[in-house]
Amino acid sequence: MRRSMLFLPGNNPNMLINADVFGADAVIFDLEDAVSPDEKDAARILVRNALKYMDYGNTEIVVRINSIDENGFWSKDLDEIIPLKPSMIMPTKVTNAEYVKKLSDYMTAIEQKSGIPEGTVKLIPLIETAMGVENAYEIAVADERVVAIFLGGEDLTADLCCVRTKEGDEIFYARCRMVNAARAAGKDVYDTPFTDVNDDEGLIVDAKKAKSLGFTGKASIAPRHVKGINEVFSPTQEEVDYAYEVLEAIETAKKQGKGAISLRGKMIDAPIVLRANQVIAAYESIKGGSAR
Amino acid sequence: MKINEKAAAGTMESSDIYIEVAPGSGGIDIQIDSVVSDRFETSIRNTITEVLSEFGVKDAKIMVNDRGALDCTIRARMETALKRASNGGI
Repeated sequence: MRRSMLFLPGNNPNMLINADVFGADAVIFDLEDAVSPDEKDAARILVRNALKYMDYGNTEIVVRINSIDENGFWSKDLDEIIPLKPSMIMPTKVTNAEYVKKLSDYMTAIEQKSGIPEGTVKLIPLIETAMGVENAYEIAVADERVVAIFLGGEDLTADLCCVRTKEGDEIFYARCRMVNAARAAGKDVYDTPFTDVNDDEGLIVDAKKAKSLGFTGKASIAPRHVKGINEVFSPTQEEVDYAYEVLEAIETAKKQGKGAISLRGKMIDAPIVLRANQVIAAYESIKGGSAR
Repeated sequence: MKINEKAAAGTMESSDIYIEVAPGSGGIDIQIDSVVSDRFETSIRNTITEVLSEFGVKDAKIMVNDRGALDCTIRARMETALKRASNGGI
């Protein structure tokens, strides 16, 4: 269960060694925008050593690599990082399925060379161009490594020739298309960070909007936003209680040989059962599988 | 690995370490300045010596300014400095 994904600069030891203290379900070690071109070598060596020697417990580790068209940095990033088996690689500016396949093939070669089972390291493509948004579904189904897709709002608005706002009207279409593509492909989908790090209320409004559209979780560039994101993307106690009531009602009906059942005056049909199972799965995942 | 030119890696920020590597004059010379030198100078020296050994460096001058870096950070900055110095230039 990933509700929050926190970006951390890949060349900052203080952040890397403390990556698991911020409460994020996943952290993204950034080798791309957070690292200047003349420090790319230092950052990938630092991230590789952090992965080798640090124990991040239950915090999932993602590494954002450089774009496939930028100076060959991307292949050097993968050469260094794949042997340390991070959970996922986040490729940037992904525009189509061919891009994903090229990366996956390269990752396979490194895994084979390193004695790692093929497909161990997964992919979460960052979609941040107009073309990428239009091709979101083909990207999501391009390769078995792809477990989720991720919307990048800042680069996207630049590509759309518009201004990024707190309200996010300019990325509404992209958000909806990303969610639809991911869900059609049976994959998770993550929302772009809310970039005003001092606006905690705005973060909550933005996170609730993303959740209401169907996003699995949301990224952050600020550790202080992690708690709010986790709260928004966790099921409420009321939702959890209702979900358990639904499943209990279904079990009771089965034992009594009833076909149609109702709960709190409402018909319980397949979508309600599906939603109840999703809520319980999320709840139990957050509680480490120990709930109830 | 042969050290061809002076090069550096790391920063003076907290939890980081700044390491300068230069061609030596017939052996290994390591100078360490650390905010935790009383307790950890030997440990820092051992880590740097290990990395030098891993890369087969036998002739180099190493100047270290440590800001409380963990072992993995020291290893990373040392490796980066050595690779830069062997290719040439800061």
